[in-house]
Amino acid sequence: MSVTVKEKNASAEVKNLIDKSVSLNPAVISIRKEALEAFQKLGLPDKKAEEYRHTPITSLLQRDFDYDALLSKPSDLDPKEYFIPSVKGNIIVLINGVYSSAHSSVISPADEVHITNLSEALAGGDTMALEHFAKYADVKSDAFTAWNTASWNHGVFIRIPENAIVQTPILIYHIHDARAGQVMSASRNLFVIGRHSEVTIIEKFDSAGLSHHFSNTVTEAVVSENAHLELYSIQNDAGSRYQVGLTHIHQAGSSLVNTFTFTLNGKLIRNNLQLSLDGEGIESHMFGLYLITDDTVADNHTTVDHRKPNSFSNEIYKGIMDGNSKGVFNGKIYVRPQAQKTNAFQSNKNILLSDKATVNTKPQLEIWADDVKCSHGCTTGQLDSEALFYLQTRGINKETARAMMLYAFAIEVLNNVKHAELKTYIDQLVSERLHTNF
Amino acid sequence: MLSIKNLQAKIGDKQILNGINLEVKAGEVHAIMGPNGSGKSTLASVLAGREDYEVVQGEVEFQGQNLLDMAPEDRARAGVFLAFQYPVEIPGVSTINFMKTAVNQILKSRGQQPLDAVSFLKIMKEKMKLVDIDQSLLNRSLNEGFSGGEKKRNEIFQMAMLEPKLAILDETDSGLDIDALKIVAHGVNKLRTKSNAVIVVTHYQRLLDYIIPDFVHVLYKGKIVKSGTKDLALELEAKGYDWIKDEVAVA
Repeated sequence: MSVTVKEKNASAEVKNLIDKSVSLNPAVISIRKEALEAFQKLGLPDKKAEEYRHTPITSLLQRDFDYDALLSKPSDLDPKEYFIPSVKGNIIVLINGVYSSAHSSVISPADEVHITNLSEALAGGDTMALEHFAKYADVKSDAFTAWNTASWNHGVFIRIPENAIVQTPILIYHIHDARAGQVMSASRNLFVIGRHSEVTIIEKFDSAGLSHHFSNTVTEAVVSENAHLELYSIQNDAGSRYQVGLTHIHQAGSSLVNTFTFTLNGKLIRNNLQLSLDGEGIESHMFGLYLITDDTVADNHTTVDHRKPNSFSNEIYKGIMDGNSKGVFNGKIYVRPQAQKTNAFQSNKNILLSDKATVNTKPQLEIWADDVKCSHGCTTGQLDSEALFYLQTRGINKETARAMMLYAFAIEVLNNVKHAELKTYIDQLVSERLHTNF
Repeated sequence: MLSIKNLQAKIGDKQILNGINLEVKAGEVHAIMGPNGSGKSTLASVLAGREDYEVVQGEVEFQGQNLLDMAPEDRARAGVFLAFQYPVEIPGVSTINFMKTAVNQILKSRGQQPLDAVSFLKIMKEKMKLVDIDQSLLNRSLNEGFSGGEKKRNEIFQMAMLEPKLAILDETDSGLDIDALKIVAHGVNKLRTKSNAVIVVTHYQRLLDYIIPDFVHVLYKGKIVKSGTKDLALELEAKGYDWIKDEVAVA
């Protein structure tokens, strides 16, 4: 089968890459095949593709990656320097998309947490893994999801049994070793949170070396009745990271999900976050903070799908763009005909600090039910010069005044972080970035 | 303390101050009155260093220093304080943290040790009493959702914390009922000493019932056209500003 290549596009190279990836378990062969077909049908999104209109990922993959020279040898990298020292917990490490048992350690008791490499879980016939794998991330609508589904080899499978309150968080470190050359990885995660359970999962993305590297991650999370998931993504990679990630969270009735996406560094970061509210009495909060500069592109595409009545979703994304950086926000809210009494709120606020920084923000509400409360708002502006002057007239120098105001802007998102040590850690990252050393 | 000579300033292409001359000595209270659009608030803003205004001519000397050369924060550190007509709301910044940063940056600029949390709180509590302001208000985001009276009391609270040499009150009476006005005036009076001075910018005489000025100046079309004692303020209250405009027109 051949790929039709429109313009000059890396689709053919990616297809070869997919062909070279070895399927580790027969259970998912048909799923891979379907995904490959979907990928071939879709091709990588070009400039005209609405969902990637502001994010030139395909042309950058074409320009900056040499598919023949991609690194596949094992890495001797020590991942510890990327760990958050103050946050203790269960640690899972993936280096170049490969699950590293040697660097991972699970400290929670086995009746609270079950963590393995997803490919092993599927090959071993884990019924939960087989039941939920590839049921939520749609390969037909997104080429990167299709690419991931067709070619992934490693990933994290987390299963939290019923009635388990997991005391220590689970930290997943995604590290690329780009010291010896370019890296591409496609890892795949599945989290299944049992009824009445509670867990905090923190994902952090880093790299070593200067070469370009790309990750295409897909995470599916199933949050059962009355379960509670806190999901954090910390994207602060100083290397040349290109990243497309899809996180699809499927929520059952009365469940609670809080997601946090912090984008502080990287070359191009595209976060697809999708929440399906498939029950009543659900509560979902999506928080995002992107503080970017230089040539960084941070693109957050979020979807909240209210499928049943009486649920509540709330989204707050804030961005500060400096240098040549570019922010993109797209927030979709669907309220299905039967999802009466839905409350859905969305807010996206941006500050541009330089003339060359840009942001594109687009709320997209599609409401088919008639008895709902939905609101959205987006703002883009510069720092309020009157407020800066006010602070200065009290003896505060301009740099401090500026930092105080930016920090005050960011704090709304930070204040919602529940885990105390993590909050301190992120607070420090944000403070360093904003130079709030007063 | 403050010596303004032939001060001329514009915003964009529009000249607003057309040659202001004013001498303020330590211990004095000067009232600047005038009809709307006469340049009162512009004068206050130019003295505090607002960047929107361009000084085209003139000099301002404050305690021997050229004030016009200084950044707004340096003016504040030298002892100039502007109470805003419209205090700015800054979500996410509490008044307490803001004041602590301000006080400590000022101390640092003077080569003094910053205050620790305990001494800061002690001083803060004393100053809060002056303007009858509650700590819960100061824990909140700066001026966010404050009533008009609360905002103005917060301005005077900040003045009390910073102990300026020269306080400029820009229309501090606007939007205040009589009780709030009394509280604000009381605070200002308590802060008066022989070594500091106050410039009260106001449209109406009523604030001057409570903060008694030594001198009253009438600003019209960007110039001080008449100066006198507190009796001048009473005359303006009784007769309005039209006779001043007529006098200027005749001259």
